[in-house]
Amino acid sequence: MSSRDLLIRGRGITKVFGYGAAKTTAVDTVDFDFHKGEIISIVGESGSGKTTLAKIIMGLLKESGGSIDYKGQPRVLRRHADLKKYWKDIQAIFQDPFSSFNLFQRVEKLLLSCIRLQGLKLTKDEQFNKMKEACSFVNLKFEELYNKYPFELSGGQMQRLMIARIFMLHPKVLIADEPTSMVDACSRSTILDMLLKLRDENEMTIIFITHDVGLAYYVSDTIYIMEKGQIVERGPAEDIILNPQHAYTRQLISDVPKIHTAWDLG
Amino acid sequence: MTTNILEVSGLKTYYKTRLKEKVFAVDGVDFVLEEGKTLGIAGESGCGKSTLALSLMGFYFPPLHYGSGSIQIHGRDIMKLSKEQLRTQISGREIAYIPQAAMNALNPTLRIIRFIEDIMKEHRPELTKKQVWDMAVERFETLNLSPKVLRSYPNELSGGMKQRTVIAISTILNPKVLIADEPTSALDVTSQKAVIKLMKDLLDKQFIRSLVFITHELPLLYHVTDDIMVMYAGEIVERGTADQMIFDPLHPYTKKLMGSIIVPEEGMKGHKLAAIPGTPPNLKHVPAGCRFAERCSYAQDICRESNVAVQEVDGRQYRCHFDTGTLKEWYANEQS
Repeated sequence: MSSRDLLIRGRGITKVFGYGAAKTTAVDTVDFDFHKGEIISIVGESGSGKTTLAKIIMGLLKESGGSIDYKGQPRVLRRHADLKKYWKDIQAIFQDPFSSFNLFQRVEKLLLSCIRLQGLKLTKDEQFNKMKEACSFVNLKFEELYNKYPFELSGGQMQRLMIARIFMLHPKVLIADEPTSMVDACSRSTILDMLLKLRDENEMTIIFITHDVGLAYYVSDTIYIMEKGQIVERGPAEDIILNPQHAYTRQLISDVPKIHTAWDLG
Repeated sequence: MTTNILEVSGLKTYYKTRLKEKVFAVDGVDFVLEEGKTLGIAGESGCGKSTLALSLMGFYFPPLHYGSGSIQIHGRDIMKLSKEQLRTQISGREIAYIPQAAMNALNPTLRIIRFIEDIMKEHRPELTKKQVWDMAVERFETLNLSPKVLRSYPNELSGGMKQRTVIAISTILNPKVLIADEPTSALDVTSQKAVIKLMKDLLDKQFIRSLVFITHELPLLYHVTDDIMVMYAGEIVERGTADQMIFDPLHPYTKKLMGSIIVPEEGMKGHKLAAIPGTPPNLKHVPAGCRFAERCSYAQDICRESNVAVQEVDGRQYRCHFDTGTLKEWYANEQS
């Protein structure tokens, strides 16, 4: 960890869906501390509430209970203006890159919108250079891509383009919700390395959501293990993976096929 | 004595574009699968894994067309059979195929048992509904699936359960070969384990004799299959046993693929992952020499110019210009 400045702090976050008999607690009194320049993984199986928690942090869902402090101040998202201000600092990458882009716009226009969002007044050449820089950050060639529509690109290319957008906007917090589940193993390692590069160069806090402890171990500093809405174990990545305490963590680790140890199919 | 259950030689299948160009997604594939063995096929997206699986069924729907080559199941060339013969004699009985999004193919308005009745109506018309029901319950119980599933609608089941149900349904006629195309890619690790367990069960209880497993998750193949075959740009670049392929890869492409493995084991943290620069070649304009030359860090002039033949060393095949000694020396140098 490069520094220990506390960026987001959550206490007793709870989210309840439905009411009466159909009441389900998706997130149950969760505490978290995310520091500046830290990569945090939230790991759990499907339905454990990890995406709900991410949406609460993003401000897309309102928590039923608990409080979030952002930069040492209580986070207030009462009016649309508050949200707009908050979202300048927070960005997200989702599972399916094709659902994150406007499919009727060319790549050039998609990247141009990032420049507009920042309110920068740039000449054509400056815009071009900026987009080129962002594309070379993610190992894409802007000259080959700018005239293409999203459907002409592969899933891995789209996901990298998404990271290029993040690079241009340089938010303080990035929420990556299973960004590698739709791409193959090669693109996956490239995307993970890019997330690490983003953190190293821009001091970004990255919240990485996954069901694969292997990926979490590779990419993150801190791991939160989530089971049925509750954080059952949290700590530095090495401790969690190499010396798991909770039974659920052990089960998650044993579910992943490894190459140096036998895989017990039970 | 082992017999060859599946023999593919010189298989070429292509997609026809709107401009009448032919794109060979499977370009001269030869392999042999022995009875009782399992084979894994690995490779990047777009390398032709799924097209190969689809081609093995013998059904070709535009834009996919059959080019040349033969597919033999127990010595019987299925490419010489008519569509009707294929449907009634081969599909489901000899080969079963589970496509990538199989679980989404279940009609949401029908109970699971109806899919099984549907298969039986075609292949075993003499059975009554009661007999089919008993048979299905028995099969589901042996596979540790709850018979309650049979009365459920697909939307009542979870993703992992749906995938397991699809596998159980497609193997109900005891096919000799099961071709599973990324059966676990949409599932989380816990359901993935359940699906793998089911396939091991099917093999152990001899409901299926052989398995062709397609995925890009190499650690998974290591535990599931005996042999691994790596495809690149429509060709097979290397084949060997799982141990050889994971720990001692020969082809530079396989080497890179193995370098991208991520597992929760000691030493993974801070480990440098191998990235393959560039993208696979456009198969409309196939490069003259080795298809991997453009992205290979060891490529030399000879790679770009002359075509590569398959070399065979100690029962392993690989498609590269260089001998094993030279390749291993390069890998050793890179590591130091």
